[in-house]
Amino acid sequence: MFKLLEPNKIFQITSKAPRYVLFLFVVVLTVGLTEALILSPEDYKQSDAVRIMYVHVPSAWISLGIFSSITLLSISGFIFKNKNFFLIAKSLASSGFVFNIIALVTGAIWGKPTWGTWWAWDARITSMLILALFFALYLIAWRIYEKEEKVFKITTFITVIGIINVPIIKYSVDWWNTLHQPASINLLTKSSIHSSMLFPLLIMTAAFALFSLLIFLMKYNTELIKIKNKGLDRL
Amino acid sequence: MINELLFMNGYGTYVLSAFGFTLLSFSSLYFITKLQFAKEQNKFVAKFGSLDSEKANSAKSQRINKEILADATNN
Repeated sequence: MFKLLEPNKIFQITSKAPRYVLFLFVVVLTVGLTEALILSPEDYKQSDAVRIMYVHVPSAWISLGIFSSITLLSISGFIFKNKNFFLIAKSLASSGFVFNIIALVTGAIWGKPTWGTWWAWDARITSMLILALFFALYLIAWRIYEKEEKVFKITTFITVIGIINVPIIKYSVDWWNTLHQPASINLLTKSSIHSSMLFPLLIMTAAFALFSLLIFLMKYNTELIKIKNKGLDRL
Repeated sequence: MINELLFMNGYGTYVLSAFGFTLLSFSSLYFITKLQFAKEQNKFVAKFGSLDSEKANSAKSQRINKEILADATNN
């Protein structure tokens, strides 16, 4: 089954895909920005400040999704002794880190008009900051260690420890008293967000997901060419 | 109309700076990634060019190498 995941076969697709993904991203982002900034209604309590949600929430969702994927890929790479899983995980990390930073910064910008402060050491915000530190540690480990076996072990260790923080982020607003509001969208029960706000939020999430796919493809292709460069040295 | 859109009931500075920061982060990450890709691709083309004909033929037998070279010439 893993033969399908061989870099030689994947490169045929990944080398051509970025231009199409970029086009799709621009289209979906344009629709999303129009909905988020112009067409969606203001909130009865937060007024127009609620529009920050359309960049803050998708960024937080995607950074959490990427960290979970990296953990799963690293563990799978370790179990199945497949180098390609680590390569995919490495290619995902930088966009996950950037989305995490966007969630923190836009959250701070949103906090000022709604809570009256840029920053509070509450459970949700602090646990998101810890996630950013795990992303940073993961990326630094790839830069520091050159031996493949060592970097595979260390990055897997970082993700396994870091994944403990993911459910803490998710349930922090339920477990502790926080400034941060509880989740408005729930897959199992009825969401408390109105469809006129949910629709732009989903479009912006799709645009952000396409952007992370675009960066992943470009990073993955770069990694494959790096390997091929090493191969030419050995000839 | 445009003033109203930008003012956003007094929250314009916050909303637009949040969106601005996001788009700036996106474009920075995109251009840095593109630069890294182009650098590795150029390195590959230069290395390939310096190979003698026997080694170049052996390298060309791998499909992925052909794809990288074709992609470099297309860009």
